[in-house]
Amino acid sequence: MSAVRHVMSVTVRDRPGVLVRIASLFARRGFNIESLSVAQSEEPGISRTTFVVTGEDATLEQVQKQLQKLIDVIKVIDHSQAKSIDRELMLIKVAVQSPEARVEIRQIAQDFRARIVDVARHALVFEVTGDEGKMNAFIEQMRDFGIIELIRTGRVALPRGESDAQRLPSVRSRAA
Amino acid sequence: MNGAEALLKALERQGVDLVFGHPGGAILPVYDALYDSPIKHVLVRHEQAGAHAADAYYRASGRVGVCFATSGPGATNLVTGLATAQMDSSAVVAVTGNVASSLIGTDAFQEADVYGITGPVTKHNYLIKNVEDIPRVVAEAFHIAATGRPGPVLIDVPKDIQQAEFRGSFEVEIDLPGYRPTVVGHARQVRKAAEAIRAAERPVMMVGGGGQVASEEVLAFARKTGIPVITTLMGIGAFPAGERQALGMPGMHGTVTANRAITHCDLILGAGLRFDDRVTGKISRFAPNATVVHIDIDPAEISKLVKAHVPVVGDLRDVLPRLGEELEPLAIDAWWEQIEAWKGMYPERYKKDKPLVSQEVIQLLREASGGDVVVTTEVGQHQMFAARLFPTTRPRSFITSGGLGTMGFGLPAAVGAAFARHDETVVCVAGDGSVQMNIQELATVYKHQLPIVIAILNNGVLGMVRQWQEMFSAERYSEIYLADSNPDFAKLAEAYGIESYNIFDRETARELVPQALARKKPVLLNFFVYEAEKVFPMIPAGAGVDEMMLGDQEPDEVTADGPEVTA
Ligand SMILES: Cc1ncc(C[n+]2csc(CCOP(=O)(O)OP(=O)(O)O)c2C)c(N)n1
Ligand SMILES: [Mg+2]
Repeated sequence: MSAVRHVMSVTVRDRPGVLVRIASLFARRGFNIESLSVAQSEEPGISRTTFVVTGEDATLEQVQKQLQKLIDVIKVIDHSQAKSIDRELMLIKVAVQSPEARVEIRQIAQDFRARIVDVARHALVFEVTGDEGKMNAFIEQMRDFGIIELIRTGRVALPRGESDAQRLPSVRSRAA
Repeated sequence: MNGAEALLKALERQGVDLVFGHPGGAILPVYDALYDSPIKHVLVRHEQAGAHAADAYYRASGRVGVCFATSGPGATNLVTGLATAQMDSSAVVAVTGNVASSLIGTDAFQEADVYGITGPVTKHNYLIKNVEDIPRVVAEAFHIAATGRPGPVLIDVPKDIQQAEFRGSFEVEIDLPGYRPTVVGHARQVRKAAEAIRAAERPVMMVGGGGQVASEEVLAFARKTGIPVITTLMGIGAFPAGERQALGMPGMHGTVTANRAITHCDLILGAGLRFDDRVTGKISRFAPNATVVHIDIDPAEISKLVKAHVPVVGDLRDVLPRLGEELEPLAIDAWWEQIEAWKGMYPERYKKDKPLVSQEVIQLLREASGGDVVVTTEVGQHQMFAARLFPTTRPRSFITSGGLGTMGFGLPAAVGAAFARHDETVVCVAGDGSVQMNIQELATVYKHQLPIVIAILNNGVLGMVRQWQEMFSAERYSEIYLADSNPDFAKLAEAYGIESYNIFDRETARELVPQALARKKPVLLNFFVYEAEKVFPMIPAGAGVDEMMLGDQEPDEVTADGPEVTA
């Protein structure tokens, strides 16, 4: 058995403690959380979270069912099963050691459609969005120049096309 | 009206008329309101006992059990009780006081993160932040506790919320978009299940704790189809013990017949059970030839441990009648012949050359009561003997900590059961170790003069641990000896005002058991039983259901493998 990576969207009610419950479920089944993003959905009071987790494939379905059982969890989607798009945002501060380097860095950034969001004498901060591959490629390119620090949001994901697998009717009407 | 009064009113509206609890500083406003409330309060002497009593109250009656505790130590004392209820799917609503909202998170006196601590041992929990939320939270708590797969729900109420002026409404809407248990089984799955059962030559039905609410449906289904029925520890009474179709309990200390049937069957119809490891033994050796049809209201239980070929998510009360309708009586005579042969070959047996042994005490209790009592148990050898020799014929009448195996459950459970089933006698089958874990409840038993017969099978040891040490640790008995420092239980009970007897031989036992059962008031019987008795059959941990050690269940003339299966 091997550890496999999964991108999972968990739609939750905005209640204190719900993330703790989700996190402890993953932990109990030996899943490691690589990244986690949480924010409001289109429906007030409801948040979408995206977890990137690694763990045994065999226990994933169990974990999914256990998550679904939590009272404040409304929906669970495993994006490895569904056709989905996912994106991530990164802020990365790169050292600028010479005027030549500055030109070269900016050139590469352009190729990656990375935006400059801060300029200093010896550093540039870029904002990069895209999928994980793009993030990693950009990081690789910047390594030679010197990465001062970087932060990533973790992935967010949504099913493709017209699928409304994640759509939420209003909370009140569902309770009726 | 303040928050505390609103809380009690909300409980009343849920039909609550009885609460088990223990007061303290952070729940004082609730206790003050209780002073004028029609709700009756039973003062337990330890919060754990309050939780167990509430749990057993549900199990014995089907009505949600309620318990109160104060903040900090009061609330942490509930944890074992909540975990016990959670593991055995018992509907409990626990209310805890907490320090004032402004003090939460400051390590205030008697503050504990009760919301955080109890999350993993409850079906759901709440920390009330706004006094107007009380009615909705109480309504949701009862709804969550009692529907779907039942379980405990905790409501933590800070003291300032209890004291705050309440101006809200009691007409509340439950607002739980993430909680919609599937009750009605999918028609296609029911049909598939029927097809599989029809095709089987050697089917067995296994009924678990879920069957306690569906005993009529279980009985009707079994009667119509003629299928053999195994009841797990949690399922005892969901199908009447002693019926021809009943094969008894499966698993680690199950009957030979039930375990043989599991090994040789070609279909298992699992109904309201979760295939616990004490039932399955080593999974790869569990029912190796069987198609598994699994009906459960909790989809997370299906294919968790035993792969279900035909899963049916739904309430047994919905699914079983529909499944029964699709089926004719099963033509399984050859299979029944085989099962009867096993039954005949492996009757319950035990040594009679000792002055008194556990099994005969339990059999005496069963005979004297006609099986028509509520039984609660502690945890250990006596529990397994009770499950095999004192299974009840009615549902909700055998109350034991199955999933968590909580020593200290039985005595407070007897209190809860006695309140749930007013005019019935409750027998608490206890061990000398376990009973000491909540012995203080003798006070509650005495105070309310509950018709409880506490039968201590006093073997002077932590018997179940001793058994494992004898069998698997080369008789290296480590810290299991109690006899040198056990109290004189009869004297102890007497100190609490409870009638009690020390019993050393079978003649006295025969005389006193029927008398005690007829008393309709508390009696403690302290039976001194043979110390080295072991529970057989036994499947060693990690072994397969087919690898039973028979011990004193060994038939005289037959090999351990039993006869060839002819079906
Ligand atoms: C709270 C708790 N602690 C420890 C155990 C482990 N345990 C299981 S059975 C047992 C022995 C129980 O002894 P007793 O109540 O005398 O029953 P007997 O087995 O002798 O019938 C122990 C210690 C447990 N189940 N629960
Ligand atoms: Mg003992």
